[in-house]
Amino acid sequence: MNLLNLFSRFPTALAQGLIYGIMALGVYITFRILKISDLTVDGSFATGGAAAVMAIIAGASPIVALLLAFITGLLCGAVTALLNSRLKIPTVLASILVQLALYSVNLKIQKGSALIAVSVDRYNLLISSRNLTKSNLTGLLLTAVIIAILYWFFGTETGCAIRATGNNQAMARANGINPAVSRFIGLSMANGLVGFAGGLLAQFQGFTDVSMGRGAIVIGLAAIIIGEVLHSILIPRNFSFMLRLIFVIVGGIIYYMVMVIILWMHIDSNDLKLFTALIVAAFFAAGNLKNKGGFSNAED
Amino acid sequence: MLKIEHISKTFNPRTVNEKKALSDLSLSLEDGEFVTVIGSNGAGKSTLLNAIAGTWPLDEGKIIIDGTDITSLPDYKRAKFIGRVFQDPLMGTAADMWIEENMALALRRGQKRTLAQGITSAQREQFRVLLKDLDLQLEERLSTKAGLLSGGQRQALTLLMASMNHPQLLLLDEHTAALDPRTAKKVLTITDKLVRENNLTTLMITHNMQDAIDYGDRLIMMNDGMIILDIKGEEKKNTTREELISRFNDLSEEKLNSDNLLLTS
Ligand SMILES: Nc1ncnc2c1ncn2[C@@H]1O[C@H](COP(=O)(O)OP(=O)(O)OP(=O)(O)O)[C@@H](O)[C@H]1O
Ligand SMILES: [Mg+2]
Repeated sequence: MNLLNLFSRFPTALAQGLIYGIMALGVYITFRILKISDLTVDGSFATGGAAAVMAIIAGASPIVALLLAFITGLLCGAVTALLNSRLKIPTVLASILVQLALYSVNLKIQKGSALIAVSVDRYNLLISSRNLTKSNLTGLLLTAVIIAILYWFFGTETGCAIRATGNNQAMARANGINPAVSRFIGLSMANGLVGFAGGLLAQFQGFTDVSMGRGAIVIGLAAIIIGEVLHSILIPRNFSFMLRLIFVIVGGIIYYMVMVIILWMHIDSNDLKLFTALIVAAFFAAGNLKNKGGFSNAED
Repeated sequence: MLKIEHISKTFNPRTVNEKKALSDLSLSLEDGEFVTVIGSNGAGKSTLLNAIAGTWPLDEGKIIIDGTDITSLPDYKRAKFIGRVFQDPLMGTAADMWIEENMALALRRGQKRTLAQGITSAQREQFRVLLKDLDLQLEERLSTKAGLLSGGQRQALTLLMASMNHPQLLLLDEHTAALDPRTAKKVLTITDKLVRENNLTTLMITHNMQDAIDYGDRLIMMNDGMIILDIKGEEKKNTTREELISRFNDLSEEKLNSDNLLLTS
């Protein structure tokens, strides 16, 4: 085990942390702001990847491809919201149904193949694991822009209505807010971001895989929870919305740093999922110990 | 102003838990009328307010506000006409949002919500003036989370939010019941002031007979999903708790007897 070897892996972890951090910002919208469990994520992440890669192969610029990834993700979230509001299916179940259906849809988008490569040698990509400096700078820039947009949006009348819906539905209704509309906007935005992150990851790793979204929701939750625990330790006096968003990204980066360390310790990569679950459980417990009351009382 | 025509509501119909909570009830309120509502537990008082607010659809009947038939509108659409304060102080405000954010949300009740910033500095000034009137020192705490306020402060804030924008109708469901006597008195005084100053048509449920007599211009008593007493003016002013209780006993007995008659005939 040599340390140099470990440090050399950190830039990759940073890039992955940023990409999954953007995805986690989407999860934050549903999980923390709307306070619903949305499992569409595991499907819409791969949808974003599929859309981006197919667009790039068809000749689109990597930016257009990312926009497409965003839009297709957004549509996935919209479908979940509509299943919930129109057919009165509970959001968790509605999102599981969409996730299931998306597996087939993603295969369709990828014309039947489970894995499609998009090599940086043949195509012009925005980020790539072969150019980590550029990838990390681009990732940081994108993250900053997305956080700024989210910060602005949740301060608008519409954004405030969505926050109120997650906070107190009776209050929202009594003030003329239709919770179904709030959930529609929130779920769409959230999965738009998730799809966008999927499009980024596909470019970064140079391929898209229909099952690359498996466990994405867990990574998203891990990033949120790790970020919250660090936030409450590092800056316990300031819980502004901006800082909360920044710490989601920090949580994503820390998650991948920890993963790199685990891999560096030569732990069997088959055990990785087990460690993921353990890390999330450990941070969850740490958060609970710190707040005593538990996360259900400590959110927002 | 408010016209309620022959409304009925049965909960859990055709089950062992079937409960007729409102039965063929009609009520008409004048513009600016302040009505207190009393009645024993389970009389249907909250159900009446929920029916007006649109919590669930009615079985029968119509509700009209200012000439608009709102019977088929969901609650969040009726919010355009109606301000509401619940019995539970936790229900009226968003706990994790600031006082000013809560007020800004209420200010847009019944209007379109756009992508404009949620709160402008002019609104902030307006909120400060309104809060100062409450005399609870909340005007300096605009960016305090509503969840950190006491129950009484939260009810007062909810009341302010509900009466903002001059709603055509203000519904208060035992909004002082969860408060200690002194705070309850204070919130009631604020209620009276807001209702009078803004000339709000109001329905206020209370379990305190004396408050029901002292406040408002009209008093209705409910029993078994029906209005069994409806007094106003001098008659209301001069009535006493004892008189109300004895009238309640007489009236509910009368009703019991007529039910028995129906059963035996
Ligand atoms: N959502 C509901 N589902 C089933 N039954 C209900 C529902 N709401 C009210 N009821 C029943 O309707 C009847 C009237 O209830 P309501 O809450 O209107 O009484 P109330 O006059 O407000 O009494 P209290 O003074 O105790 O608040 C009660 O028997 C109650 O159990
Ligand atoms: Mg009641």
